Amino acid sequence: MRFSLQAHAAPTVWHKIGHVRWSLVALLCLLAAIGSVMLYSAADGALAPWAGRHALRFAVALGLMLVVALTDIRFWLRNAYAVYLGVLLLLAVVEVSGTIGMGAQRWVDLGVINVQPSELMKLALVLALARYYHGLNPEQVRRPVMVLLPLVMVGLPTLLILKQPDLGTAVMLLAGGGAVIFAAGLSLWIVGLGTAAVMGALPVAWQFLHDYQRARLLTFLDPDRDPLGAGYHITQSKIALGSGGLFGKGYLHGTQSHLNFLPEKHTDFIFTMFAEEFGLVGTLTLLAVFAAVVGSCVAIALRARNQFSRLLAIGVTTTFFLYVFINLAMVMGLIPVVGVPLPLVSYGGTAMLGVMLGFGLVLSVHVHRDVQIGRHSWGD
Amino acid sequence: MTRDSERHRQFSRRTAVLAGGQALLFAALGGRLYYLQSVQAERYVTLAEDNRINLRMIAPPRGRILDRRGRLLASNLQDYRVLLVAEQTSDVELTLGSLNQIVPISETDLRRVLKETRQKRKFVPVTVAENLSWEDVAHVEVNAIDLPGISVEEGMSREYPQGESLVHVVGYVAPVAERDVKDDPLLDLPGFRIGKAGVERAYDKILRGTGGRSEVEVNAIGRVIRELDRKEGKPGADLTLALDLDLQHYATERLGDQVGAVVLMDVESGEILALVSTPGYDPGAFSRGLAPEEWRALIENPHSPLTNKAVSGQYAPGSTFKPAVALAALERGTIKPRDGVTCYGRLRMGGNTFHCWRRGGHGTVDLRHALALSCDVYFYEIARRTGIDPISEMANRLGLGVQLGIDLPAERRGLMPTRAWKASALKKPWSKGETVICGIGQGYVLSTPLQLAVMTARIANGVWAVEPRLARRPAVPPGKSPGEQFGFRPLNINPEHLQVVREGMMAVVNSRMGTAQGAAIKKPGMRMAGKTGTSQVRRITRAERSKRVKRNEELPWELRDHALFIAYAPIEAPRYAIAVIVEHGGGGSKVAAPIARDILIAAQEIERRHASPLGAQLEGQEDDAVARWVAGLRNDGAL
Repeated sequence: MRFSLQAHAAPTVWHKIGHVRWSLVALLCLLAAIGSVMLYSAADGALAPWAGRHALRFAVALGLMLVVALTDIRFWLRNAYAVYLGVLLLLAVVEVSGTIGMGAQRWVDLGVINVQPSELMKLALVLALARYYHGLNPEQVRRPVMVLLPLVMVGLPTLLILKQPDLGTAVMLLAGGGAVIFAAGLSLWIVGLGTAAVMGALPVAWQFLHDYQRARLLTFLDPDRDPLGAGYHITQSKIALGSGGLFGKGYLHGTQSHLNFLPEKHTDFIFTMFAEEFGLVGTLTLLAVFAAVVGSCVAIALRARNQFSRLLAIGVTTTFFLYVFINLAMVMGLIPVVGVPLPLVSYGGTAMLGVMLGFGLVLSVHVHRDVQIGRHSWGD
Repeated sequence: MTRDSERHRQFSRRTAVLAGGQALLFAALGGRLYYLQSVQAERYVTLAEDNRINLRMIAPPRGRILDRRGRLLASNLQDYRVLLVAEQTSDVELTLGSLNQIVPISETDLRRVLKETRQKRKFVPVTVAENLSWEDVAHVEVNAIDLPGISVEEGMSREYPQGESLVHVVGYVAPVAERDVKDDPLLDLPGFRIGKAGVERAYDKILRGTGGRSEVEVNAIGRVIRELDRKEGKPGADLTLALDLDLQHYATERLGDQVGAVVLMDVESGEILALVSTPGYDPGAFSRGLAPEEWRALIENPHSPLTNKAVSGQYAPGSTFKPAVALAALERGTIKPRDGVTCYGRLRMGGNTFHCWRRGGHGTVDLRHALALSCDVYFYEIARRTGIDPISEMANRLGLGVQLGIDLPAERRGLMPTRAWKASALKKPWSKGETVICGIGQGYVLSTPLQLAVMTARIANGVWAVEPRLARRPAVPPGKSPGEQFGFRPLNINPEHLQVVREGMMAVVNSRMGTAQGAAIKKPGMRMAGKTGTSQVRRITRAERSKRVKRNEELPWELRDHALFIAYAPIEAPRYAIAVIVEHGGGGSKVAAPIARDILIAAQEIERRHASPLGAQLEGQEDDAVARWVAGLRNDGAL
C-alpha cells in the first residue's frame, strides 16, 4: 500500500485521520488509563484528588496531540527555529522573573494554563536540530565546524535549565539533543570527543546544583550517609518494589505504599506502587507497553521519506525513552533521585502536555510519511 | 534524491544503534525488576513485614512575627482535630451521631466522612472536624467511652491577632499549591502551610524552620503502636519588624473607610514604621480555604482589597513630583533658585494650552514660591527647559521608577518615561508637550506610595539614598552613620539644591500662602514640611473648562481626583517621612495632608513618650491602654 501525500494532492482531514497510527494512540490511552487506576489507589480508593483530573487532562492533551498530528509536517519544518527561539525566550523570562521574585520559579503564567518552558524546550530543541540537519548534505554533516551551531542550540537551554536548577531536564536535553545529532550522522570521532567533554563538564555542573540536589547525589553514592533523608526514599522504594513479588499484593492492597512508607507515590514514585500491587507480572507488562510505544515510534522514524521527519521522530522518541528510563532506574535504585515523572502515568499536567505534543509530532511524521522535502526547496 | 537515500541509510544505521541501546537499557530494567521482585522477593517481603519503623515528618512551629516593641503580629495557635478510625467502632453512624452531640458537625462534613470511611481502608484515620478549641476537645475526651474509634490529634494553626489592618504587611499562609516549587520535604506534609503574601512570603524560609522526624512503630497493617524516637526539628526563627503597631493601627484608623495607602518611614534607616493599604481582607480566610463566592467578592471588589496599594499601586504622583523636577532643573542649571517665571494661568506651546490649577495665574514666582503655591506654569516651564531625560534620571536617583527592593513580594517599579523608553515601548518619538505635562507629575509618570515616601526620605536625609525595609535593622554602632552601616549609596545631589527644595516644602505647610497651610503642625519641634498633590483621573474637556470645571463632589467616585501628600518631620532634624494617597479623595491639601499631619504627630508623640519614664511604663502593656492614650492625645488637641 503506497499512498502518497504530495504537496499538490491537498489531502482532506478525513484522509489524514485515516493515516494516523491508531495502534500507537491506543497504547498511549492504555498508559494513561493505568495512571488513573494507580492514582485512584494512591488516594486510598478515591477519584479525588488525582485520578479524575488525570483522566481529564489526558483527554485534553489527546485532543491537542491529534491537532498537532494533522498539521502538515512542513509547517513544523518552516517554524522550527521560530518555535525554538520563542521557547528559549520563555526560558530566559522564567530565569529573570525567578531572580526578581522570591525563590525559584519554573513556571510561566499564560493566563489559562501554566506551562513549564523547560518541558516545551525538549520538543523545541529536537525541532530546531532536525531542521538544521535537514538542510545539510552528508559531507557537511561530517565537517567538524558544522557541529558548532547545534552545540550552541543544545548548550543555551541546558545552561538556563541547570541554573533553575532542574537536573533531570538538563540531562534529558543533553541526551535528547545528542541523539538527534548522532542520528544525523555526526562523525564518530566527534561523538567520542563530545562524550568525553560531557564527562569533563560534570565537575562544572556540580557547581550549579542546589544543596538538596548535591545531597541526593551523594546519598546515591553512599546510602548510609543520610539513612533518614533521601536514602530512606530509595530504601523504602526498593522494599515496596521487591515485596510485590511475582503477582503483587493485589490492587488497593499494597501495604508499603498505603502506609506512607513511600514518598510522592502519586508523582515520581507511582511505579513503585504499581510494582507492589501487581508484582513482576505487572511490571514486565508495563515495561513491554513502554517498549512497544518506543518501538512503534522508531518504526515511524525509519519509514519517513524525508530527513527532517526522521530526525524529529527519533528525537522525540529518545526524549520519551529517557523519561521512562530515568524514572524507572531511579525508583529501582539504579541512578540517583532526580525528580523525573513516569510519563502519562505520574500525576502532573505539564509533563503530560509536553509528552503528548511530542507524540503529536511523531504521528504527524507518520501521517505525512510519504512527503518528500528537498534540502532547501520545501515543495510549497 | 540519491543524496537522500544516502542520508536515509546513514540514519537507519545510527537509529539501529540508538534503538539497540535503548532496548538493552530496557532489558537491564527488566533484569533489575526480575532481581528485585523474584530473586530477592522473599527478602523484601520479610523486610516489608518488619517494616515496622515508619518515619514521619514533624512540622516545626513557624516563627512568630513581632512589631518593633515585641507585640505579636502573627503567632501559632494550638488547635485540635478529631479523627475517626472506622474499624474501631461497630457503627460509624452511631459514633458520629454521639460526637455530633458534643461537637456540632455540618451536614456536608458528615456526608464526606461517611463517604471516606467507606472508600478508605478500615484502619485509615479520617478527619471529622478541624480547628477545634481545647474546650471542645476536653468534652470529647471526657465522653471517650461513648465514642469508640474517635481520637484527638494536636496541630498548629496560624493566628493573626491584628487581622485586616496588617494583612498587607504580614500577609498570610496557605496550603502548598501544586505550582509551588517543592525544595523542602516539609512541603509534602499534608496540611503544611507556607507564606503566600507579605513578609510571611518574603521571609518564608526563615520563618519555616526545619522539619523534625518521628520514628514510630507500626504493626503489619499500619496501626501505630508507639513512638520509638523523636528528633525535634528547628523551629522557625521569630521575625521582628520595624513596624510600630500603634502607628499602624492609628494610620489605618485615620484612613478609615477611604481607599488608599500610607507609608511612614525612618529617614535615617529606611525602616518602615507603618504601611497601610485599605481596604484589607481577612488573613485567615486563605488559610481556611475560600468559598467561591468569597473569592469572587474579593476579586470583583472595585476597591481591590487584595492589592497592596502601598507597593503595587501605581499612581500619577501629580504635584508631589515637583520637588524632583525642581532638583533636576537646579542640577542642570536651567533655573536658579531666585529666577522668576511669570504665570498667567496657562502656558501655550506648539498649539496646545497647558493650564495652571489656578485660573487667574500666580504672577511672577521663584522656586520656593512655586513649590509653596504649587504653581503648574512654573514647573511646565522648567520641565520644558530641562528636558525629560534629566528629570527621569533625577527621579530614579530619588527612588522613583526603580525597584527599591523592599522585603515584600509584588513590588512594582512605577514608570519614569525617557525618550528611549517611549521609542522602544510605544514606537513613537517623544514630544515636547509630554515633557511639560510630566513636569507636574501627570502624563506617563507613575509611582507607588512607597516610592514617594522614599523620595521624601531621601530629600530629608540629604546624604544617603535611603532604602526601605520592613524587618528591623540592627542597631547602629556609635561613631558610624546609618547610611554606612546599612550600605546605602550616597545620594549625590548638591546639598544647596536640596536645601532650597526643603525650604519650598516648608513653605507649603508653614507659610500663609502654602497649599497645605491648614495642615500645619503648630507644636514647636514637631513641625513638618511637605508637598501636596492632586492627580487627575479624567481629562477635562475644553467645553467643560470654558464653562466651569466641575468640583470633585459633583463627580462620581471613580472620576474624582486622587489626593496625595508627602511630608517629613521634624523640620529641624528630620526623622520621619510619609506618603499618603487617598484614591478619588479629591484635593491633596484638604484630604491627604491632615492625615499625614496627624500620623506625623502621633509618631513624634509616641517617640517622646517612649523616651520618657511614663513611656517606659506603657511598654508591654495591653493595646487598649495605648489606644486610650492616643485618644487622650487627640482630646488634648495635640492631634
